[in-house]
Amino acid sequence: MIRYTVRRLLEAVPILIGIVTLIFLLLHLAPGDPATAYFNPNVSPEIIDRMRENLGLDRPLHEQYLRWLRSFFTGDFGYSFSQHRPVADVIRDALPNTLLLSAVSLVLIFVVGCAVGAVQAVRQYSALDNVTTFVSLFVYSMPGFWLGLMLILAFSSPAMPEFLRLPISGVTSIDYEFMGPIERIVDRVRHLVLPSFALGIASAAGVARYMRGSLLEVIGQDYIRTARAKGLSERRVILKHALRNALIPIVSLLGLYLPLLFGGSVVIEVVFSWPGMGRALYNAILARDYPVVMAASFLFGVLVLGANLLADLSYAVIDPRIRTD
Amino acid sequence: MLSRARRERGRETWRRFRRHRQAILGLALIVLLTGTALLAPALAPYDPDAQTDIVATRYQAPSVSHPMGTDRFGRDIFSRTLYGARISLSIGFLAILIAITLGTAIGAIAGFFGGRLDTVLMRGVDLLLSFPRLVLLVVLVALFEPSIALVTLVLGLTGWMGVSRIVRGQVLTVREMEFVTAARVLGFGRTRILARHVLPNVLTPVIVAATLGIGNTILAEAALSFLGLGVQPPTASWGNMVASGRDAMLDAWWITTFPGLAIVFTVMAFNLVGDGLRDALDPRRVA
Amino acid sequence: MPSPLIQIRDLRTYFATDRGEARAVDGISFEVREGETVALVGESGCGKSVTALSILRLLPEPPGRLLAGSSVRLRGEELTSAAESRLREVRGGEISMIFQEPMTSLNPVFTIGQQVSEAIREHEAMSTGPGERGGAAARRAAIEWLDRVGIPDPEDRYGYYPHQLSGGMRQRVMIAMALSTRPALLIADEPTTALDVTVQRQILELLASLQTELGTAVLLITHDLGIVAQVADRVLVMYAGQIVEEASVEALFRAPQHPYTEGLLQAVPDLEERRERLAEIPGNVPRATAWPTGCRFRPRCPYAWSRCRDVPDLGRSGPAEGSSVRCWLTDEPERRRSGSGFGPRSPDGRREGVGES
Repeated sequence: MIRYTVRRLLEAVPILIGIVTLIFLLLHLAPGDPATAYFNPNVSPEIIDRMRENLGLDRPLHEQYLRWLRSFFTGDFGYSFSQHRPVADVIRDALPNTLLLSAVSLVLIFVVGCAVGAVQAVRQYSALDNVTTFVSLFVYSMPGFWLGLMLILAFSSPAMPEFLRLPISGVTSIDYEFMGPIERIVDRVRHLVLPSFALGIASAAGVARYMRGSLLEVIGQDYIRTARAKGLSERRVILKHALRNALIPIVSLLGLYLPLLFGGSVVIEVVFSWPGMGRALYNAILARDYPVVMAASFLFGVLVLGANLLADLSYAVIDPRIRTD
Repeated sequence: MLSRARRERGRETWRRFRRHRQAILGLALIVLLTGTALLAPALAPYDPDAQTDIVATRYQAPSVSHPMGTDRFGRDIFSRTLYGARISLSIGFLAILIAITLGTAIGAIAGFFGGRLDTVLMRGVDLLLSFPRLVLLVVLVALFEPSIALVTLVLGLTGWMGVSRIVRGQVLTVREMEFVTAARVLGFGRTRILARHVLPNVLTPVIVAATLGIGNTILAEAALSFLGLGVQPPTASWGNMVASGRDAMLDAWWITTFPGLAIVFTVMAFNLVGDGLRDALDPRRVA
Repeated sequence: MPSPLIQIRDLRTYFATDRGEARAVDGISFEVREGETVALVGESGCGKSVTALSILRLLPEPPGRLLAGSSVRLRGEELTSAAESRLREVRGGEISMIFQEPMTSLNPVFTIGQQVSEAIREHEAMSTGPGERGGAAARRAAIEWLDRVGIPDPEDRYGYYPHQLSGGMRQRVMIAMALSTRPALLIADEPTTALDVTVQRQILELLASLQTELGTAVLLITHDLGIVAQVADRVLVMYAGQIVEEASVEALFRAPQHPYTEGLLQAVPDLEERRERLAEIPGNVPRATAWPTGCRFRPRCPYAWSRCRDVPDLGRSGPAEGSSVRCWLTDEPERRRSGSGFGPRSPDGRREGVGES
């Protein structure tokens, strides 16, 4: 198991280099001098020239590339013009929020998705199954930003009773500072509800569909027949023997849905004013703050990579056939 | 050019597709949508860009004269939604076309020629797939000026990876089949074998992927337009219509709601058809 | 004579399919007595597996169903109307079953040891109450059983997963799982078909010795007459959802009464004989949705004549004691000599051909 982990980590290194390279290429692909693109165009030309020299933008390409590579791996991402502080600081503030939102969404996706899918499989063709399938399809086809807006509409409308109101923006409330520890946790949770729901529910519907199919397929397998022939209760057969096998291919979905989740966070964070990497990327793009754009893209790539690694590792945990290779 | 056997199979596939009630519903919806998109000028009661007396006509709730209400500038939302269908559908179709062409070409080359070329190409695919699609889209659009052409191109450029994997897998399987060996024995060149013998057999999963992919492409375009990085106003795209209603959402909910519903139903239709196609074309399913 | 353990009367199991109703099992009656080995023989599609699954009601109930009037009695107790909880006690407890494909029949995510212990715990719990056979005790019992079925190094192998073992080993695990609860009857559905010939023999010997030790009765389902000759006491030949012949194993091999049995025996190549072509039964097994009218074997039978338009019933006793056969030939045995038989060389030297119908 450890050997497997180490191997996968080593394999990730060239991909990381690839990500940085790709970003580098993209930057140099844009029309216009990278220098003017890289800097605030309002700055005077002399300063631009000096900064160009400073950052080695007049050096040959491969030298630039090596400097670029080094700076990314040392965590020096440059300076943000729109926020007047090092990009590293911007990341440091924004990254945890995105991770939190994504993690909560992920839990929602898998718990809700697997539960709904499993119930559908066990009650195949029932009214519940058919209704859920339709609702799932509807949800799956929804744009995340629209769902977010609809939720905001619903939860800020005067028709919504006071106690059900949920916060529609930000990570914490204005008076967070003055709250006690329990209150603070509750406050954070309340702020997480709507954005994580908007972010995750479409993928949850996708997982439910997959889970339904997977569980149905597993139930048709010979070893389930053996389990029944052993006299086990139907409940034990499904929950113990079938479920675990059905979950195996679901884990591979992680690799598929995580990029979607991170991509979706760009839009959801904008809609809910959630101060994460997605919103940082978006604001940076509007402000033409390229250092932040590049750093954020790089980090998204790293996040996806890390998530895929996690997915592969959990695969190995769940399916003994992979481990004992 | 279609042999009798293939025509038979086509008929059988259609028969199985027909049995899937939901897929038929989806197909009907798509036909309806395409129809309205094409006929938008004739169907729309108002000019989508027409602004008359703004103060008098703006923010009107849905009524008989304006079934979906009016927006901030007094423009009829229903008409704009119809015209938006043209934009979203044409971008969707074109982008998918670009994606499958690119994906099929790369996947076929990788699978057929194998070796180092295959490895390099597939590593490239893996790399591109390491990024969330929206992030790639957003960054790419940011580097250039947003326009419908750019959006279409960029959507195509970010959507081919899945197809290439599918095609590569299929080519690998088919390559080992006997009729290919027979063709090689007869002395046919490799490119010819690839084009005339291998490719027709790998098309079925590509078709399914393409149909399901249109839905995702439409969603991606909507997200881009919503963020202001896609179709630019005043051209109506469902995405930017939703965005435009955001400020007045609490008072004029219809501006954000209806275009969004249009997106949902369109994507649903493509997903239904895609599912139906997948089930109908899957040889493992016993009739 | 030992008392009947299982009595099956007029069992009918039908399936709803796209092409109509499939009458997989269409009126079967037989008995298995304590300790004896009964073989249920037939080609694929004749309904023998369905019969086995019907005894334990392991078939998916839609689309399958047991028709009213079917009776399956375990020591006098009617199973077709038993409550689900009682059926669960019987499954794996009084009646165990092993299947053809040991690879797919074992759960890939649990160790073989866990799967055997599970069976032990499930049925000990029911008879001795929970807690008496704790996890550790069940584990010990499982290891003992793994040893008993011939798995080397059982303590170690307890933690192995099914994919780490060979086909023969896996089948031994299945046997351990099935017999560890000391059932009165073991149903073995083609237990050796998926195995190599050399391994087949080992498994059969293992089954035979365990059977003697435990006194278990065995219902062996197979299409391989060689196996039948090795292990069975009595044989039931099934065709098209019905039993067409029943006899002791010596009687069956010495003098098969039903033309189908005759055909099956002739089809087994004899290493001593020289032949130009293998004998075969002409035609194909009919579909369960459309059994032929009259005697179901008529379209393929070399002796068939006009009488065969009526369905013969079972119980027309053959010459030997305790045998029965479903064939009109028992009334007109002289037709057997004048008929053309199977294969290129029938017993009287005639050429092949299907008789008039």
